[in-house]
Amino acid sequence: MTTTDGARLPTRQLIQPDVPRFERRTLKPEARDALTGLLLTMADDEFVLGFWDSEWTGIAPLLEEDVAFSSLAQDEIGHARVWYEMLAQLTGDAADRLAFHRAPEEFQHARLLDHPRGDWAFSIARRWLYDTADAVRLAALAEASFEPLAQVVGKVIREERYHLMHMDAWLRRLAGHDGEPRQRLEAALAALAPDALTVFTPLPAEERLVDADLLSAPMVQLADRWRSDVGLVLKELGLPALPEGRPPAEGRDHSKPSESFRWLWGEFTSVARLEEGAEW
Amino acid sequence: MVAPTLATRPLESAVWAALHDVHDPEIPTISVVDLGVVRTVETEEGSVRVELLPTFVGCPAIEVMRTAVEERLRGFADELSVEISFAEPWTSERITEEGRRVLREIGFAPPAALSAGRELSFLPVLPVAECPYCGSRNTTMENAFGPTLCRAIYHCTDCRQPFEQFKEV
Repeated sequence: MTTTDGARLPTRQLIQPDVPRFERRTLKPEARDALTGLLLTMADDEFVLGFWDSEWTGIAPLLEEDVAFSSLAQDEIGHARVWYEMLAQLTGDAADRLAFHRAPEEFQHARLLDHPRGDWAFSIARRWLYDTADAVRLAALAEASFEPLAQVVGKVIREERYHLMHMDAWLRRLAGHDGEPRQRLEAALAALAPDALTVFTPLPAEERLVDADLLSAPMVQLADRWRSDVGLVLKELGLPALPEGRPPAEGRDHSKPSESFRWLWGEFTSVARLEEGAEW
Repeated sequence: MVAPTLATRPLESAVWAALHDVHDPEIPTISVVDLGVVRTVETEEGSVRVELLPTFVGCPAIEVMRTAVEERLRGFADELSVEISFAEPWTSERITEEGRRVLREIGFAPPAALSAGRELSFLPVLPVAECPYCGSRNTTMENAFGPTLCRAIYHCTDCRQPFEQFKEV
């Protein structure tokens, strides 16, 4: 492959940018540890959802959605990569190890993202729940006192707007068609309802994040903020409200990984397991 | 992002000029300068430092651009560093007038200009894309997701031509 001026491009070109180097000592150790915990949940959420999305490549109900879900997958895995890289710098770990060389039990994604992609309505319902929750979480990080974090969050928010817009359009489209589309959407929302709040599962040291001005409010408050926002949309569309209650404490616990996640993990680690030292 | 004149900073202005030769691998008619990907060029005696802003976080082209910039600038200074930065978000407003002209010429609608500092709300109302073929604003978005992360697909209701738009972010 050559550029327009004939220069040779390197063969290892389809890799994404490293996160700019930063000085980790600008964070106090306890805040750093707490941030590490938060970043791992965010990275795993985006990573796992990105791989579920990619399961639609080639078989989505419309050609446009083939393209859309492939783009969504690429976005999410790109975001995960940045968070893994940032984690790697904070802890001295390696991004590839975090992504491809952890056991299924070690993943921290929300249980909402543990389900297989299901039918189209299920994928849309799950993505709508996740994207709206992620938007609330990102907004709570936008003013973070740790500059490298705030900068990436600002960039990610701009991209996630397209996800929100797309999911909102699909939610309305499915809800607006009586019969099978609406029935399937309602069934999907009912199946996901018990896990809807798991994106906001409280983190072990989250008060330190709030004290250090990294996260603007505890997860429980973010969950309330999110529920009231999505509640308005569900009400407008005549869809059942989400259940009351607080985010479950074990919402990110995978000590007994589900069958579906074991399968997905087998897929996304297959190249890494096949060839020692393979890189992104 | 105004290139300095040759008289005041010869090395810096030579670097900016050379960067015009490096193109976006996915839209090869536009240079990285006109795309607004080059954030800063800093030069001192014997050293050149360039910062690039990714258009999208997950964009695989940025690494290609970084390497191409490195190759183009080889020999300009003993110490050369080309780094990716998130210090400010790349936004579609960074595309230059020349960049917009080039995009239009190859059938791309440039992103509609946002007024400075406007923050989009939870669900943005996107500005109308102008058809690059007939100039009509009677167009509809067919898909927010196109062949690359930064491109959306539109249809012109007047000349019935599908076209791509460089997404506004």
